[in-house]
Formats: sequence, C-alpha cells, structure tokens
Amino acid sequence: MLEALIGVTFVAALLVLLAPDEWAGRLAFAFSLLPFAGSLYLWSGFDGAGNALTGGDIAYATQIEWLEVGGRTVSWFVGVDGISLPLVVLTTFLVPLAIVSAWTPIDSRQSQFYGLMLFMEANLLGVFTALDFFLWFVFWEAVLVPMYFLIGIWGGPRRKYAAIKFFVYTNAASLLMFIGFMSLTFALGDSVSSFALPEITAAIADGGLGTWFNISPDRIAMVAFLAMFLGFAVKVPIVPFHTWLPDAHVEAPTPVSVLLAGVLLKMGTYALLRFNFTMLPDQASALAIPIAAVAVISVIYGAMLALAQKDLKRIVAYSSVSSMGYVILGLIVFTEYGVGGATFQMVAHGLISGLMFMAVGVIYNATHTRMVGDMSGMADRMPVAVGILVAGAFGYMGLPLMAGFAGEFFIFVGSFAAPALPYAPIFTALAMFGIVIVAGYLLSAMQSTLFGPFELETDYEVGPAPFHDVAPLAVLLVAIIVLGVAPDIFFEMIRDAAVPVVEGVTVDG
Amino acid sequence: MVNTLPQVAALLPVFLLAFTGLALLLVDTISPDARSNTSMAVVGAIGSLAALAASVWLVVSGTGSTDTGGAITLFAEAIKVDTMALFFTAIFASVTALVVVAAHDYFHDHESPAAFYSLVVFAATGMALLAAANSLAVVFVALEMVSLPSYVLVAYLKRDRGSVEAGMKYFLVGALSSAIFLFGISLVYAATGSLLLDDVAEGVGALDGLAGVAGLGIVMIVGGVAFKTASVPFHFWAPEAYEGAPAPVSAFLSSASKAAGFVVAFRLFTEAFPVGASLTAGIDWVLAFGILAAVTMTLGNFAAAVQEEVKRMLAYSSIGHAGYVLIGVAALSQDGGANGAVMGAAMAHLLVYGFMNTGAFLFVAMAERWGVGRTFEDYAGLARRAPVASTAMAVFMFSLAGLPPFAGFFSKYFLFMGAIDNGFLWLAAFGAVNSVVSLYYYSRVVKALFIDDPASSSSLDAVDVRPTGLYAAVVFAAVATVLLLPGFGPVIETAEAAASALF
Repeated sequence: MLEALIGVTFVAALLVLLAPDEWAGRLAFAFSLLPFAGSLYLWSGFDGAGNALTGGDIAYATQIEWLEVGGRTVSWFVGVDGISLPLVVLTTFLVPLAIVSAWTPIDSRQSQFYGLMLFMEANLLGVFTALDFFLWFVFWEAVLVPMYFLIGIWGGPRRKYAAIKFFVYTNAASLLMFIGFMSLTFALGDSVSSFALPEITAAIADGGLGTWFNISPDRIAMVAFLAMFLGFAVKVPIVPFHTWLPDAHVEAPTPVSVLLAGVLLKMGTYALLRFNFTMLPDQASALAIPIAAVAVISVIYGAMLALAQKDLKRIVAYSSVSSMGYVILGLIVFTEYGVGGATFQMVAHGLISGLMFMAVGVIYNATHTRMVGDMSGMADRMPVAVGILVAGAFGYMGLPLMAGFAGEFFIFVGSFAAPALPYAPIFTALAMFGIVIVAGYLLSAMQSTLFGPFELETDYEVGPAPFHDVAPLAVLLVAIIVLGVAPDIFFEMIRDAAVPVVEGVTVDG
Repeated sequence: MVNTLPQVAALLPVFLLAFTGLALLLVDTISPDARSNTSMAVVGAIGSLAALAASVWLVVSGTGSTDTGGAITLFAEAIKVDTMALFFTAIFASVTALVVVAAHDYFHDHESPAAFYSLVVFAATGMALLAAANSLAVVFVALEMVSLPSYVLVAYLKRDRGSVEAGMKYFLVGALSSAIFLFGISLVYAATGSLLLDDVAEGVGALDGLAGVAGLGIVMIVGGVAFKTASVPFHFWAPEAYEGAPAPVSAFLSSASKAAGFVVAFRLFTEAFPVGASLTAGIDWVLAFGILAAVTMTLGNFAAAVQEEVKRMLAYSSIGHAGYVLIGVAALSQDGGANGAVMGAAMAHLLVYGFMNTGAFLFVAMAERWGVGRTFEDYAGLARRAPVASTAMAVFMFSLAGLPPFAGFFSKYFLFMGAIDNGFLWLAAFGAVNSVVSLYYYSRVVKALFIDDPASSSSLDAVDVRPTGLYAAVVFAAVATVLLLPGFGPVIETAEAAASALF
C-alpha cells in the first residue's frame, strides 16, 4: 500500500515534469489529490498498535530484501504507526494546497516547479514511512535535492545564497548524523543482522552495544546520541543552529515556504523522536536538563527574534523556531502527554504555519511587499484573506478550540510534572512565557499592517485575492479548527504509539 | 560454463570486440567517404553492445565463478577468465558503447572520423584482454595495446594545438611509465623465476634473500599502475590529457582506461603478490597503496575545487576517484575477513563510476558541440534551453559527490565500510572528508546550469541543436546511474563474489 502511495507520487512528478508549462499547475494539483486520497484510505483502514520501533503492530508493513552489506541486510521496509501516519496525512494534505497557492506567484518554468514539488512529496512520504535505516536515509537526503532547486531557481533576490546555505547546513548535519548512527551499528556488531530500525532498537534495549575500537559501549551510545542530536537539531532547527531557516524562508517562494515550515521541519523532530528518544532513551534522559534548556531557549529566543523583525515572512519563520522549541520540550520530558503532545504539535504547527505563510504570500502577491512599515489597512482591500490570516494568527497564539491550543496544552500538561526532567515546572513556566511574546509580535504586526486606513505606495491595483488563492487558506483554517475541536482523531493513535517510548526510559527515584 | 561450448568461448567478449575493430576497418575500406561516420558508429555500437551482452550473459551463467569449477585458464595459463575479468569487461564494453554513440555527433564535421571508432574499439579489446591476463607478459602486451591507441586518440584533433600537446605529454609520460613497469616485471621475474601469476606468488613466498630485488620490482609495478589509473605520483598527464583530448576520448580514458589500470592492480596484488606472502617477505605494498590512496584523493579533490573550467575540474575529480578506488587495494590485510568485501566494493564503484563519469564527460562533449565555452560561467542557464541533458548532468554530479539518492552513494559507502571492517578507519575518514569537499565543486556545476542566469540571451542560441546520439548516450548514462541504486544488490554481490574468489 505504502509503496503504491510513494510510487504514484513519483510517477505523477515525472508526468508533470514532461507536461507543458501552461497546464502543469492544474495537472499537478489533480495528481496530488491521488496521494491525499490514498492517505485517507490508509487512515480509514489503520490497524497499527503501539510504536513501530518497540515491537508494536506496524500497519501496512512491507519488507523486501534489497541488498546485503557487511553481513547485514538492507531492505525496502516501510510501515506506519500512530506517530508516522498523522505526518503522512499532513504531507499529502498540505501539498495540494501548496500547489494551488503556487498558481499565482510561479510564472516561469512551471512544469519543473510542480514536478519538483511532487518529487519532494514522494520523498517526504518515504521519510515518514521508511523503517530501514538505509531506505530512510536515501529518502531523507533525496528531500534536499528538490528543495535546493526550488529555493535556488524560483526564490527571491538572494536565492543563490539561501539555497547554498540550506544545502550545506543540512548536508553537513546529515553527515554528522550518519556517522553517529553508523558508530551505533558498528558497536552493535553481530547482535543485529539488518538495518531495520525495530531490530536495532530492540538490540540496543537488550544491551547489544559492544566495545568498538576500544571505546566503551556507554561512551559510543553517548557520542552517537550527540552526533545524531546535533544533526537533527539543524533540521528542526534548534537555536543556535537556526540561522539557515530565516534565509531559506524569506527567499523561498510561498508554496515552498509552506512545505518547508509545514513538513520539512517535522522531519527533524520526527527523526529526533524516532532515533534519539526511542532508540537511546537513557542517553536522552541523562541529558534532560541541557536539552530542555535549549528547547526553552529556542522558544524564548525564537520569539524575541520574531518580535524584532519587520518582514512578515521573517516573523513567521522565526516563530517556527519558537514553536519547534515546544516540540523538543514535549519530547524530552518523556511523559505520555509530553511525547504525544509534541507529535500532535508537529501536525498542528504544520497546518498553522502553512496557513500563515500562505496568507502572507497572498498579501505579497497583491502588494509586492512584506514589510510591516510599508502598508496598513489591508483588511479593507482583502477582507477574506485578512480574516483568515487573523484567525490563523490566533491559532498560533493558542486560542482554544484550534489545533495549536491542543498541541501546546498537551505538551504543558505532560511537561509540568514530568518525573524524568528535574525542575520540570520551571522549564514549563519559562516556555509558557513564550506564548505571551508570540501574542505580542503577532498582534502588533497585524495591527499595523491589516487594520487602520488603507495605505500603500504602489502602482499595483490592490483588490480582493482571487478565489484559488483564498480557497487553500479556508481549507487549512477548517482543518485547524476541526483538529482543535476533535484532537482525538489523531491524538488517540499518537498516544498509543507514544506510550512505549515513554516506557523505554528508566527514571531514577 | 555451459558444458557444450568449448572453454575458449569464455573469451567471447574479447573476440567480439576484436572482430568489431576489424569490421570497422573493413567498413572504412569499402566505403571511405559515403556517410562513413554513421555506419562506423552503428557498427561500433552494435559490436560493443554485443560484447556487453556476452559478458553479462557469461557472468549470469556463472562462467569462471567458484560455483562452477573456478576460473577457466587458456593458452598455457596465460589467460584466465573469472568473474572479475568478465565484470570488468562489462564495464569496458558499456563505456565503449556510450562513447561510440556519443562520438557520432561529436565528430559530425570531422574530416576523417573513421579511424576514431576502430582505435576506441581496439583499445577496449586490449582492456578486455588485460582483465583476463594471467601472466606478466600478457599484462604488459595488453597494457600497451590499451596505451598505444589512447595516445593517438588524445591527439585526434590534429589541427587543435591543445589536443596535440596533450597527446604528446600523455605519450611521454606513458612511455616512461611503460618502461618502469616493464623493468619492474623483469626484476620480479629475476627474483621469482616466473611470469605466470600463480608461480610468481609461490616465488614471493620463498625469496631467499632476493626480497630487495622483488620489492623494487613491485614498487616499479605500482608506479605503472599509478600511471594507468592516473594516481599520484604519475597523475600529471591526466588533467592535460583529459582537457586537451576530444571530450568523448576524455570520457573513455577517465572511465574505461582507469578501470583497466585497476583490474591490473587487483589481479597482480592478489594473485601474484598476495598480501600475506608479501608482508612476510617484508614488502609492505599495502602501506604504499594506502599512502597513495590518501594523497591521490586529497590532491584530486582539492585541485578540483579551485578549477574554473568544467572539463579540468572533472579531470581532477577523476584523480580523486582513483584515490577512492585505490582503497580497494590499500585496505587489504593479512587476515582481513573483509578483503573480498572491500575489493568488491571498489569494483562496484568502478562500474557506477563508468556510467556517471562517462556521462559527465559526454555532457561536456555536448557543450563543446554547442560551442558554449568551457568555464562554469559559460554553463550558466543551460538548463533553460536543455532541461533534459542538464538534469542528467545534475544526476552525474550528485552521484559523483556520493549523495544518497544516487548509485554513487552506495558504492562509496560500501567502499568505506569495507575499509573500516578491515581496520583501516583512517582511510575511510580520508575518503569521507574528501567526499564532503567534493560536494562543493560538483554542486557548482549544478548551480551554474540551473540557478545562475546566462550572460546574455543570445549566448545560448547554439543550444537549440539537438545531437541525437550524444543526447541518447547522456540520458542512458543518467538512467543507469539512477537505476543502479535499486539494482545495487546484484552488482555488489557479483563484485564481492568475484573479488573473494581471488583471496
């Protein structure tokens, strides 16, 4: 099933690449509905239980041997559990909307653009479903290539710099992570016979790590944990590895920003959850305080940076750094609600940040500026788009009954009295303070740009946005509200998969 | 081996290549003028594809493999056909086919393209023979059979000063290293009393105070190998020759000819000078190769990073890749359980390299055909006019850099893992660091093609010419580079089995 999902997306990408520019956009949208329908079908028939890595029932699992290296088999091994399925649905849901939002701004080399978007979607689906390290790594790296082109070709004035910076940062991070993971597999020696993640997780839990090049197992585990943590931290991004993000976001065209914030950042948190926190829970809890500290710093510092920005897109970009800090905090506390809430927040933030970037893009399409000081009173000219933007911003601030509230609420519930994290209430309280800053910058930015008398120096005619610009915004808003009102549609399965992770950690005292 | 066929049928690919070369001469004699370029290219392509099919079929049917009774020796053991010989023949034949098809368009207005095809095919014949050589004498003869046509090929554009100068340099360095190689062979013969590789190995085991002579001979043979594979310290000819030669010739030399150098190294340093016996005799060529590998990859990669011309960058990158493949010999150990794995990985890397590097040089050939210029800046914006070819080039570049979605990732990974398994962590570390450096200059090409704006809108008008043969070759090489990722299993298994049979 999953291979059909990924395969269809790949074929769609190829067909769109070969299509003429004039209707590449419509064709890509039509094709992108196929994986979405497929993922809904997978959701409806989902029968997984527990966590895929800790011996739970994996839904739609397929395992076909691919090749053998050094006595270990590499296989095509895909499957989903309660953590990955919501992210699969999120990906297939966001891509069609992002494609529609590209119809207005993308006006050159369309078939290449939409082809690359679908190509990236296929690889993202691979990242979230692969359960073999090699397969996963191939997809993980393959996401970078289309992203590099999407920023580099269709980006803003400093696109070349942003594309190279993105590519170099994330590639260097991947290498570090790869070395970290490889040192684990070497230390495992003969206790594993494949690169399948469940088998490796089980072997580590059973104490399979041995001495390698005279390094003790504990030290290897710690080094591997740090290497992988740093590698993923760039992707998430966690302060101080976040500097590529604002550049990439500001230069990337709107639909690419939507996927970058909505899905690509989740690759980092997803991988942290899968590799660092599920495979090496003891190392994670040994480092609980520093990790919680960087999480809280990301929340506060990201929000402060957002407060200082004048560019609407930069504001949203930095606020993503802040939101990802919550996710890290939720993961490190190792409680049912913390880990589950963090996963839920990945989905919620994917939808909300997608909405924000898209709305800013719609305004930019009309005004050709994103600077806070340049415009005011946009609500008069673009009432519907602005209305949805305001609703999305309240979602960001954590308005109850919207998805962002549910995610953050779960995280705080989980983190406040976390046994695995000393001083948990203090960390939680500090992180909560971030919400206040979020409200501060979003409200002040909205007030000066959206409300008041209309003012903008421009030669362009600024009127209501076209239907196909606003429709994806409305769809996203509905999704955010649905997920906020009924979080259980995802949270139920997420919690089921999060509990084994929490049980993996041994808490002292 | 299929029982009903005589043993000599194992040499079928070599015969096919030789007959193709002769047929090309015949075609040229019968119709010297009339459209000979096309008919020559067709004959050359059919012949090399037939040789490819024959060698793949022989590998699949298990000819010469340990499962079916071991290697087949012919002509008083001067020739030995095993899986490794056939594996390399497949590499040579596929590169030859790509080059011949591409040359059809490259030489479309050349006054006498005919000789080109026969020279390429004869050189390929020499390579195939080299892969099956089991005696130092045959090794040398076959090596010369590869070298002599190569010198002519490099200088093939005889009115082009760069081409002629490159041919001259290549010839001088080549003649010198041939002499060194031959002298090495005679010293080894003096010390061991035989030219047959198995007997040489026995002789190395009982040197009786002649270790110095044999050691000097082996060092000289290492020098000959270094020349053929364009490794330090005999790499100086490579950037000049690759840059000055017509691009299809550069593709042929840097892929097939380099692989031919490695098959000599793999065979000699497993069968004639086995690790164990050599180390016991005090001849530590493993360390020599280790140093050569590290220096070669570092020099190649760092020199490539500062080039301004794409072809020259590819030339240095080709030196860098020679350094990676040298790990296949340098990471052998006396009791290493992973000897077969690491050498097999090197063979697999050469196969992948045969497609990605040939494809990259053929893209350069296409750029030369268009006349867009040679530097990175000249390539700016090519993707707008030629999206398919540029995508193929991007595939080659990312694969050469070892990025995961392409076959180059796996072959490099297996190579480094084999080295680590055999206890050569430092070599793997060198390789990994160099791979990171290489991403810089490979991505420069991609950036120029896709992201940079062309200097002027008219500068790319020539690109509207669509040379069919070149396009077909480039696209085919790209497809092979991509498909070798999912299809890497059989390749690495065959290569490892072939390499393990040598130990």
